[in-house]
Amino acid sequence: MDKRVTFRGWILPLLLIAPQVLISAVFFFYPATQAIWQSLFIPDPFGLSAQFVGFGNFEFLLGDKFYRASFLTTAVFSILVTLCSMVPALFLAVLADRLIKGSGVYRTLLIWPYAVAPAVAGVLWLFMFNTRVGVVSWYLGQLGYDWNHVLNGGEAMGLVVVASAWGRISYNFLFFFAALQSVPRSVIEAAAIDGARFWRRFFTIVLPLLSPTTFFLLVVNIVYAFFETFGVIHTITAGGPQQTTTILVYKVFSDGFVGQDLGSSSAQSVILLIVVGLLTVVQFKYIEKRVHY
Amino acid sequence: MAHEVHGMVEKRGAGLWLTHVFMIFGVLVIFFPIWLAFVASTVSQPEIVSPPMPIWPGDRFWENYKAALFSGVNVPVATMLLNSLVMAVGIAVGKIIISLLSAFAIVYFRFPGRITFFWLIFLTLMLPVEVRIVPTFEVVAGFGMLNSYYGLIFPLIASATATFLFRQFFLTIPDELAEAARVDGASPMRFFIDIVVPMSRTNIAALFVILFIFGWNQYLWPLLITTDPEMNTIVMGIKQMFPSGDDVAEWPVIMATSILAMIPPVIVVVSMQRLFVRGLVDSEK
Repeated sequence: MDKRVTFRGWILPLLLIAPQVLISAVFFFYPATQAIWQSLFIPDPFGLSAQFVGFGNFEFLLGDKFYRASFLTTAVFSILVTLCSMVPALFLAVLADRLIKGSGVYRTLLIWPYAVAPAVAGVLWLFMFNTRVGVVSWYLGQLGYDWNHVLNGGEAMGLVVVASAWGRISYNFLFFFAALQSVPRSVIEAAAIDGARFWRRFFTIVLPLLSPTTFFLLVVNIVYAFFETFGVIHTITAGGPQQTTTILVYKVFSDGFVGQDLGSSSAQSVILLIVVGLLTVVQFKYIEKRVHY
Repeated sequence: MAHEVHGMVEKRGAGLWLTHVFMIFGVLVIFFPIWLAFVASTVSQPEIVSPPMPIWPGDRFWENYKAALFSGVNVPVATMLLNSLVMAVGIAVGKIIISLLSAFAIVYFRFPGRITFFWLIFLTLMLPVEVRIVPTFEVVAGFGMLNSYYGLIFPLIASATATFLFRQFFLTIPDELAEAARVDGASPMRFFIDIVVPMSRTNIAALFVILFIFGWNQYLWPLLITTDPEMNTIVMGIKQMFPSGDDVAEWPVIMATSILAMIPPVIVVVSMQRLFVRGLVDSEK
């Protein structure tokens, strides 16, 4: 882990880490401590004083049916986003892997959506499903289906899931494709000689070999769905209708900035912090195991 | 023998064509939203508000893009593009510089508090800005950094992913190089500038691509701290172009803005594809 050869002195290294320490302290540790501190208080509406309530904010949140609903919404949302982005990506990666020529061209084309910001993806999908001008919603109307994600919670959820998963397909595709390319040809050919057909080879040999990548992508996609989809939600539904698409991160924003309920918003931040912590631990445990991979 | 097996594994003939057909279909489906946005940015408002809109581009490309770039809705899109560029480059360059310096310090020196510092930066990996928005907002407001580039950039370079990456890389630099530098009487900073930085250039470039996209695509943070339209970034500014209430949105201009918002990151990703894939795999390890 450590270098054998090092330089002498300790003033220079302290100067070298100073910028990072300073920025982290001011814009990271101080706000994070503030979030924890504020979560223990209920401020008065004018922000002049605050009443200490201990874990009161947390107790209130855990008993609050809107907050619990938001937890459930987040769980459903992130599972759906993960599935909808990983399954098509794996399918496309398997196809691309079968090609000897041309896979590079497809890869270049498939990378595009990754570069599109979630908020912009939200606008693109909103445009297609817009109740007044959307092309897809218009054709659905012609088929006799009345699409209205502004009123229908299920449709709203479906739309934010698809818009969030869309750009992630590129990302997952890149990882699956790289993993597939590293599966030893000899193993596949041995199975082929034994007469295993393509899909049988895929499920019994390739898929198990992909499991480290799959697990890694599961965690990363869940983290993405938790935190980076704010732009999609904000542009398409703003958490509605009736909070059916209010995921936890959106609720921190809407309670803290729109509702000005700082105590509750901070307590929610702390809960999210614990969730991220757990996910990070899971991820690192996995990386430890992957050393031999 | 090997040749025959090859034929069994990689598809030939009908199977090959079928694979291409599926692949092209997949690419078309994934591209459809972008295509539609592009078409919408080249037609007139009446063509969009009476659905279904056309499926092929119209003849109003220049009008719509000129309207977006130089007039916009609240502010010219050219201004938002500039703000986004400053923010994305600022975040990428800022983070790379502070991370190179601190990674160099923790790898090549033994100083008091080194281990503590290491664990402290480890903690910053865990907490995305979305989680600490309210207090971070208060800090930035306290410094008078609302509606400024500093406010847009600094809170987003306060995390240690890049420091970790450089640390991992520096550990693989052969000890003989540092040894030689010391024997020759070169100062640590000479060694850093002449040996360490040039050796890291691929990592620096790969990280630049990832961080540029990260910075360009930020949404929540600019939404909170740029209340002045002149400081809006393009990604957050698109949503601000939608009218409140029942007015009909100016779709051609909005879609032209969406296309403009995705061009720089797409160019970066596609033109530096190899570096990008490498940076992606490295930064998630």
